[in-house]
Amino acid sequence: MARRLVVVGGGMVAQRLVEALRARDEAGAWEVTVLAEEASKPYDRVALTSYFSARDAEELTLGDPALWEDERVTLRRDAAVTAIDRENRTVTDRLGRVHPYDELVLATGSSAAVPPIPGADLPGVFVYRTLDDVAALRGWVEEKRAAAPSANGWQRPVRGAVIGGGLLGLEAAGALKALGAQATVLQATTHLMNAQIDLGGGEALKRILQGMGIAVRCESLTSRIRSSRRTGHVGSIDLGEGGRLDADVVVIATGVRPRDELARAAGLPVGERGGVIVDVACHTGDPHVWAVGEVANVEGNGCVGLVAPGYAMAEVVVDRLLGGEATYPGADTATKLKLQGVDVASFGDPFASTPDSMELVYADPVAGVYKKLVVSDDTRTLLGGVFVGDAAPYAALRPMLGAELPGDPGQLLLPEGSGAAPSLELPDSASVCSCNNVSAGAIRDAVTEHGCTDLAGVKACTRAGTTCGSCLPLVKKITTTELERAGAEVSNALCEHFEMSRAQLFDAVRVADLHTFSEIIARFGREPGRGCDICKPTVASILASLGNGHILDGEQATLQDTNDHVLANMQKDGTYSVVPRIPGGEITPDQLLVIGQVAKDFGLYTKITGGQRIDMFGARIEQLPQIWQRLVEHGMESGHAYGKSLRTVKSCVGSTWCRYGVQDSVGMAVELELRYRGLRSPHKIKLGVSGCARECAEARSKDVGVIATEKGWNVYVGGNGGFNPRHAKLFAEDLDDATLIRTIDRFLMYYVRTADRLQRTAAWVEDHEGGIEAIRAVVMDDSLGIGADLDEAMAAHVGSYADEWRAVLEDPEKLRRFGSFVNAPDVADPDLVYVTERGQIRPASEAERASEVHV
Amino acid sequence: MTPICRLADLAVERGAAGLLGDTQIALFRLPDDSVHAVQQRDPYSGANVMSRGIVGTRGGIPTVASPMYKQVFDLRTGRCLDAVGYTPRPGLAPDLVTWQVEVIDGVVHVGAPLSIEASAP
Repeated sequence: MARRLVVVGGGMVAQRLVEALRARDEAGAWEVTVLAEEASKPYDRVALTSYFSARDAEELTLGDPALWEDERVTLRRDAAVTAIDRENRTVTDRLGRVHPYDELVLATGSSAAVPPIPGADLPGVFVYRTLDDVAALRGWVEEKRAAAPSANGWQRPVRGAVIGGGLLGLEAAGALKALGAQATVLQATTHLMNAQIDLGGGEALKRILQGMGIAVRCESLTSRIRSSRRTGHVGSIDLGEGGRLDADVVVIATGVRPRDELARAAGLPVGERGGVIVDVACHTGDPHVWAVGEVANVEGNGCVGLVAPGYAMAEVVVDRLLGGEATYPGADTATKLKLQGVDVASFGDPFASTPDSMELVYADPVAGVYKKLVVSDDTRTLLGGVFVGDAAPYAALRPMLGAELPGDPGQLLLPEGSGAAPSLELPDSASVCSCNNVSAGAIRDAVTEHGCTDLAGVKACTRAGTTCGSCLPLVKKITTTELERAGAEVSNALCEHFEMSRAQLFDAVRVADLHTFSEIIARFGREPGRGCDICKPTVASILASLGNGHILDGEQATLQDTNDHVLANMQKDGTYSVVPRIPGGEITPDQLLVIGQVAKDFGLYTKITGGQRIDMFGARIEQLPQIWQRLVEHGMESGHAYGKSLRTVKSCVGSTWCRYGVQDSVGMAVELELRYRGLRSPHKIKLGVSGCARECAEARSKDVGVIATEKGWNVYVGGNGGFNPRHAKLFAEDLDDATLIRTIDRFLMYYVRTADRLQRTAAWVEDHEGGIEAIRAVVMDDSLGIGADLDEAMAAHVGSYADEWRAVLEDPEKLRRFGSFVNAPDVADPDLVYVTERGQIRPASEAERASEVHV
Repeated sequence: MTPICRLADLAVERGAAGLLGDTQIALFRLPDDSVHAVQQRDPYSGANVMSRGIVGTRGGIPTVASPMYKQVFDLRTGRCLDAVGYTPRPGLAPDLVTWQVEVIDGVVHVGAPLSIEASAP
């Protein structure tokens, strides 16, 4: 029988523990019950601030949701444990349910520590720790904004204050700004983030924050929080130095306290300043009770409020449960601030407290950059570092901690692109991904021992870069270097006929100004060969993106996949489906009648698609021109449902009819669909436009989602449904119509030019060097200087658009492709068999064919 | 041998379906103007679609890829070179039947079906 493991707590470390156990417990020796206090599935607390831009708690959910469907795993949410009975080995949850265990893991984490400031319990005073905290804070700010007096179109902003200038406090301040409130950070000590960075870094950070509109007051002690006489809510803060700060909302972020009350009550030893005392195996004094994460106080050295050490402890316990001997290696206290637009990182010994250590500082107050390395007295060994304003060197340098540095360490601090920075060769033992404790050696092994050939493979194999992602550029670099070294040149070859990737081939074709497959394969292809079903459609797509006339002109026709070749979608029996364009999902009654009549006359099955249009199924190849003759006569055009191209722009009804709509989403959707129709791309592209924040068009599940705001449009990119659903990420806010269109123009054209074959925008954004930030720089700030070029390319596309089906109907040569048989062009495939179901046809099943019961 | 169509009726590197009596065949004209005939039924989907696949080469061998699930077949022998993880539909062989083809005076003639061994180049 399986042994019972009970985990108390449902945070990040608990999730990691269960995930690791299920991955390693191949024999199925353990059944796990997780008792979580919060109502959410374990979520990414580190990314809590992103909840303000994402606004979707689901997006923060950690790991593969399938973990909680596993039959050996039970997750009980909203089930805080109230007591531990060590003698009988049971725990009791708040509903009185008793859970027996063989082994018990305490992963109760921390709670926000609220100092004894008078008034800390007033309405409007919050902490910043859980999803519920964040949601409550948001609700309060929105309520206060609605209640704030306004006159002459001017509304008094909501005034926010954050007590505590550490990592969490700064994130809270960023969150207040994101909510449209003012933010003032009150820090009791000399500088911000004093636990991680030195005074110089703190000063640089203060300037950056002030530049973002966040006020900072250091050496500012809060003596009292006062209520407003009128509302009874929080109204102001008394500062120790005699000052006073008005505030409609206050966030206390002065630290965390381990949740060790259960352990105390159960008589387990706890540390002087809290935390369950454990040894390096994470064992408490009780042989059947373990503790991991922020509640664990390893060997009495104190608790650590970071996730990476918690993950390391979870791995130790899993190893021990499975009979291993792993020990906790000590805390990696490297940190990186996750506030948008602020780069702060520190690692190792940032205060140069190691005897005889030396500090190398690079500071550029104008650019808002402060960088410092701490090295041994011979300047050879890296001991720590602080980065503010430019954390680019962090990912490469952090793993070098304790290792010997090549050359002059001062060079490492010079701005990127100065050409002076030497390349670093990390030792195998260097930790690259601290979230998942993956060393450089493990990444190299993934390539050399486990046969991984790309970044995605290495990520899947080692889990490096799968949590916070900050090490991804480094993982990619090590992977590439190792692949190159393994002799196996890094192949991004399209297929056996082309050694280039799609993006490289796109540029090559564009620059060499080639217009046929024969020219392209002769110039860039490998002998022998005439292409294949991989490279031919890819080249066809490239040629179409570059504007080479009709996709069935001349040799281009031979490159097309059957769907593009007959401008329809092949179905399981070899017949096709037909989808006319319905821009924005807006359709007149007369057009509905046309589609209905055509479907009726040709006996087609009809269904409404997910993209707000109508699909007609069961059209035989020789029927397609007749069907389209009718549709084109009535003013309809190809919907490109068959192409790797723009599919639809889905919309909700918007401000023209809807009571809540703030912009004309249908009008914008129609404009976008007519603009990008026919644009050939590496994969299909879908857009959505919602008329207000209620998001009825589900725009954030699209490659480009547009959501109306009071001031204009927010645009999101990189969403998709399907096998691996992704929510689009916020790309730009409050754009006017013209800027919105230019932004989408550039985003799409940049994607068309640089993405891989069959790579949706989500994967492209993820794989793009520098991620969404870098793409935003290209699109919004023209960082590559190609903006005008992209604009011109899109203008050329828009200007040259013509309906593909109309062109086919006008050309007898193209029409010849639609014969069913070369020696009997009008004879229907005699093997097609249909049955009727719910009033419409569908292909007969094998059994139905055999029994010959059909129409 | 049965005349099916003119060579000029076939596009280079693009298939066309033909009827050989009641049998559906797929004809492919290659850049050297040779013509190959294989069964029109795709063994992996059961649909009559082989003529609509993309023509290409694999290691220099002329191939057609099924338009349904992308299996790759040797056009000369009909042999399935890559089943891409699929198995044929019940009752269907994994390889394609091929037919003897001759172009006589610009007319494509199709003769008897060939076994894989007999069709080997």
